[in-house]
Amino acid sequence: MTRLSWFNVVSLTLGFAFLYIPMLILIIFSFNESKLVTVWAGFSTKWYGELMQNEAFLNAAWVTVKVAVMSSTLATVLGTMAAYVMVRGGRFMGRTLFSGMIYAPLVMPEVITGLSLLLLFIGIGLDRGVLTIVLAHTTFSMCYVSVVVSSRLVTFDRSLEEAALDLGCSPSEAFRLVTLPIIAPAVISGWLLAFTLSLDDLVIASFASGPSATTLPIKIFSAVRLGVSPEINALSTLMIAVVTVGVITASLVSKRAMVRQKQEEQAAARVT
Amino acid sequence: MGDIVSSTVFEPWEDARAEPLIRFRNVTKRFGSFTAIDNLTLDIYEKEFFALLGPSGCGKTTMMRMLAGFEHPTEGSIELAGRDIANVPPNKRAVNMMFQSYALFPHLNIWDNIAFGLRRDKLPKLDLEARVEEMLKLTRLEKFATRKPHQISGGQRQRVALARSLAKAPKLLLLDEPLGALDKKLRQDTQFELMDIQEKTGTTFVIVTHDQEEAMTVASRVAVMDEGRLIQVATPDRIYENPESVYVADFIGDVNIIQGRTSAVGDDTYSIEWAEGQRQLNATSATSFDNGQTCHLAIRPEKVTITSDRPEDADNAVQGRVHDIAYLGNLSTYYVELPNGTIIKAQTANTRRISRRSFTWEDPVWLSWTATAGVLLAN
Repeated sequence: MTRLSWFNVVSLTLGFAFLYIPMLILIIFSFNESKLVTVWAGFSTKWYGELMQNEAFLNAAWVTVKVAVMSSTLATVLGTMAAYVMVRGGRFMGRTLFSGMIYAPLVMPEVITGLSLLLLFIGIGLDRGVLTIVLAHTTFSMCYVSVVVSSRLVTFDRSLEEAALDLGCSPSEAFRLVTLPIIAPAVISGWLLAFTLSLDDLVIASFASGPSATTLPIKIFSAVRLGVSPEINALSTLMIAVVTVGVITASLVSKRAMVRQKQEEQAAARVT
Repeated sequence: MGDIVSSTVFEPWEDARAEPLIRFRNVTKRFGSFTAIDNLTLDIYEKEFFALLGPSGCGKTTMMRMLAGFEHPTEGSIELAGRDIANVPPNKRAVNMMFQSYALFPHLNIWDNIAFGLRRDKLPKLDLEARVEEMLKLTRLEKFATRKPHQISGGQRQRVALARSLAKAPKLLLLDEPLGALDKKLRQDTQFELMDIQEKTGTTFVIVTHDQEEAMTVASRVAVMDEGRLIQVATPDRIYENPESVYVADFIGDVNIIQGRTSAVGDDTYSIEWAEGQRQLNATSATSFDNGQTCHLAIRPEKVTITSDRPEDADNAVQGRVHDIAYLGNLSTYYVELPNGTIIKAQTANTRRISRRSFTWEDPVWLSWTATAGVLLAN
């Protein structure tokens, strides 16, 4: 461990203050007794209690979780398939174009993605609701999954799949019995990433949602326009908690897998 | 007596009636503009231990991958037991492969790794268990059945890979540099183990290696390859004692190559004019040479005798000075410089301890060898 110089300590403090003070204030004021958001009047958890009574918020929360689970699962399946083809498919026609196109939504402004999806849904006459939000979220989170999974597949020893084929597996059996179990950590962390992204999204969801279904971020956004209530602070705190847990789990899963893989590689190199 | 010998010696390639297990017929394989295999024809027989030997990039691994079904010939055909296997996918071939990296499944334990191929065949549970146990016993891995591949040593992993590829009792087992990752001592032990297992199971083995010693030790026949072509296919002793080209002589073991011009003396004896002011050399050759033809005389260092006095009645004798000595413990190789600058290697077994050795640096010595010691090669 090296000791930090005072300069490093200051820059570290400033940086993290910049990042986390807003959230910290939000969390602190979610435990505020007063109804006024900016005046501290003692500690209380009553806004959490009240939140539990608010039918509209609970409904939105349920829709959000449903959408997140469905879209991240769908995105994981599609993203893994896409990553597999990109890494393993060899040099087929237009491979570079396709792999570029998979990653394009990463840098596409969300407003544009949202608008184009809205136009599509109207064009094919799909009523906006849970289904459309799921489809929209799958669209943009799929590319994140495929980035995570393909980076694992690149380091995957090809001869393992060949060994499976050699021992009598059809290509799909080889994928199911050998490839998938080995890349599972990357697939899981891809799923968690997609789940968190879906939970967070406001812009795309506001294009794809309709009167029959609203997600939590949309609900909060529209509620805040009428004035910030401590209830919203409580709700946001809960969301921060869920997202934090999700992100930490995802990074732990992939880090553990990486450490394990490294150990195995070292063990393999240490031939005795 | 002669009959008994001929019936026990395993030489199906000498038998015109024997049906080869594998038949490469004019196989060419190109990757883009690069020709990996160049119009190659080869027969491999049942129960052979066949070694493909050559420097890296000579096409030996490509040949193995074509047998396994991971690559397809661009031209020509490959037959396995009389059947063209061009359109048979890897999972439908009675061929198993032991990978260079072993390719053990890291998420399965040793038992399940070995059972993997048998499960694909939908073997009944009892038969499957019996077969896995048999394989564990054959490769002496009973104690490690429940361990994961990363919990065992390299030598054990190598045996798991072997057990897994043998479990399905393939007609043909392919071994891709199987001992490359092992250290020398373990490699030698494992070579004998491999030969033992090959004999016990009666499986045809094709091994790819760049280690000539390994090929010589294990194989019934060796194919020396270079740039996608077969240079020579023969038994290890023929490859060593009767190389057909300078390339093979030089690739296998240590050799002195003396270039010169032949003139016939008798039916199969030639004298070789090889350097200004040096006496002509005498050599016999089964292949005939024209007078004045360029030739290369290949002599193994262990067939050159080193003496301090001029040997009497030697077919060939040259004088020089000890330029360098390579001491290998059991053997010493003397690098003797002749007056014209040519260096000739002579190898002797160190039957005496080092203080009793007769030659040292700069000593004048005589090198001699018989007329039949070397092989006369045209190219």
